Amino acid sequence: MNQTSEFLQRIELALNNDQIRNNFRSAMDGLMSKRRDQFADIDELAALRTQDNLIRVNALLKLPDLLEQLEQQLTNNGIVVHWAENADQANQITLNILNSKNAKNIVKGKSMVSEEIAMNHYLEKAGLCVTESDLGEFIIQLAKETPSHIVMPAVHKNRREIAQLLHEHFPQYPYTEDVDELTGIARQIMRERFEQADAGISGVNFMVAETGTLCLVENEGNGRMCTSVPPLHIAITGIEKVVEKLSDIPPLLSMLPRSATGQKITTYFNMINSPRKTGEKDGPEEVHLILLDNGRSSIHQQQDFFETLLCIRCGACMNHCPVYVRIGGHAYGSVYPGPIGTIVEPQLQGLDKIGTLTSACTMCGACAEVCPVKIPLPKLINRLRAEAVGGISQTLQRKAPLKKKEGMAYLAILAMVISTLVGLSAISIFGHTITLFNPQLFR
Amino acid sequence: MMQAFDNIYFFGTCLIDLLYPQAGLSAIELISARGVNVIYPKKQSCCGQPAFNSGYRSQALAVARHQLACFPKDIPIIVPSGSCAAMMKHQWPELFAGEEDEQQAILIAARIFELSEFLVDVLQVKLKDLGPPIKIAIHSSCSARREMGVADKIESLIAQLSNVQVLEQQYKKECCGFGGTFSLKHSDISAAMVNDKSHAISSTGAELLISQDCGCLMNIGGALEKQKKPQTIMHFAQFINERCNESNQ
Ligand code: SF4
Repeated sequence: MNQTSEFLQRIELALNNDQIRNNFRSAMDGLMSKRRDQFADIDELAALRTQDNLIRVNALLKLPDLLEQLEQQLTNNGIVVHWAENADQANQITLNILNSKNAKNIVKGKSMVSEEIAMNHYLEKAGLCVTESDLGEFIIQLAKETPSHIVMPAVHKNRREIAQLLHEHFPQYPYTEDVDELTGIARQIMRERFEQADAGISGVNFMVAETGTLCLVENEGNGRMCTSVPPLHIAITGIEKVVEKLSDIPPLLSMLPRSATGQKITTYFNMINSPRKTGEKDGPEEVHLILLDNGRSSIHQQQDFFETLLCIRCGACMNHCPVYVRIGGHAYGSVYPGPIGTIVEPQLQGLDKIGTLTSACTMCGACAEVCPVKIPLPKLINRLRAEAVGGISQTLQRKAPLKKKEGMAYLAILAMVISTLVGLSAISIFGHTITLFNPQLFR
Repeated sequence: MMQAFDNIYFFGTCLIDLLYPQAGLSAIELISARGVNVIYPKKQSCCGQPAFNSGYRSQALAVARHQLACFPKDIPIIVPSGSCAAMMKHQWPELFAGEEDEQQAILIAARIFELSEFLVDVLQVKLKDLGPPIKIAIHSSCSARREMGVADKIESLIAQLSNVQVLEQQYKKECCGFGGTFSLKHSDISAAMVNDKSHAISSTGAELLISQDCGCLMNIGGALEKQKKPQTIMHFAQFINERCNESNQ
């Protein structure tokens, strides 16, 4: 079966499932109205969107420089930086770090990048015990499903389904459908897992090049537990998540939760600068950051598509998408669903594999209207459609905006060659420190 | 009232030409009744949007290019459809980028007005309602609302009509599910969307639905008919013209 008929089949399944449709409709309605309440002042909204767009554009234009600076700062702060070119490398690096500490029990904070590379699957296959600590992620982990929304992974499930799932896996707790009691049970389970954890894995929302800071936005506090209780913390994120300065963070932070869940601010905002310092009472002894490329630098080099990387993963585009609300996240058959998934997935996986997603859009523009960083989503979907049917010839090969980037790529290759010869993992050429993606590969 | 223009071009659009000619004729009457001469270039055809939205840019370009020669004078081009107007105003510059006639396309794009926008902002029309009391619902197309940013114009025109009561449907700003070729490629999703839309409209108790776009009207009207709902559809130009034109009463 080809990708289109598979997609149509998943859509039919979703459309015929009243429960799914109702779950999504009521959840998205709630999110839309909460967001609307946050942005009663449309002038403030317009100004913030422009500001956040500029912050992200600036970061992308300076991406190679900022990544270098970030690595330098993080290293100075005592955080170990790793570069992963693809999913396999990222998983391999993670496993190597975990093995080096003999870590068996892992707690995880919510991370879409770890979903992108199917990290749980990889680690479990290697015999490790991985527990998702984000409540939504925990639920879908129990159900052996994938997230149906990038911010609320279990949004397709209603209270009763969650109650049954918990009871099935943890019969020692009394059956309940009360939300507070359910959360209470999950909390007890989680506390035990945190106590036993040898390592915590998390995503990252923003990275600050200037200071070498990893910022994490979350509501439950479990993300903070993952990054501060176990002796080892591994953070993983895409290379595009970097921003230049610490002062870039407040405007982004002001928009992310308001756009995502309609909250003025999340309950927790974590800024991680270093491992535990001598004399400090908590925090991991070791902190690692894995920077994943997985196709991002090639998106970055395409002038027509590089706005894809502005995304701060707030989910507002899917909350407002009239197609997503009807078919739900799973129908897309991809890690990232909705409008952002429709532009990201064909670029990461290839149009030949999943280009059919671009057909599921009416071009209504509801997504672009709410995107906090002003990604022109319909325009990019249209552009991908053109790419798919070969309808574009003259704009396809426009030159990449980043001369430096091309230079960097060249230097990286040169460095790889030299280091293979001399056995180094990082090398300095013409003043640029080039760190190689995975030194293990070259040994 | 100060007359900004003596002459304008009228771009009829495919759907009006093929299915709803009365909407186009009404629009022309509305404009010419205000002392503006309407020029209808006979060679015009399609803005190229269906091909463009499906990714077929060279085909879209060929179709769109035919229109350029139709509008030589430096006067406004009035389009009685938010989506065709948006295509010409906002997508043509991208479509023609790097082409020989790019400059010409950009200049034409700058002269595009959606009909309600032109009636309100340029002609500043004052309407006198001569029709009987009626309850209606308004659906602004997504391109009128978001690309053209003119959803308030149709509302303000109708607000001038003293016998017309506008009822607000739920999810008013949501897409009706037409989306051109989307409705063919994803007829199931499209049907789910338009069923919700027509249900929301009929639950208001309105007798009639009006819009700036015949695509949405065709889509929603079809659903209303299938569901055997009493509501009918009409392009807003025809609705206004019939109620305010003394010779019609
Ligand atoms: S594309 Fe925009 S709206 Fe969608 S998740 Fe990314 S930042 Fe949010």
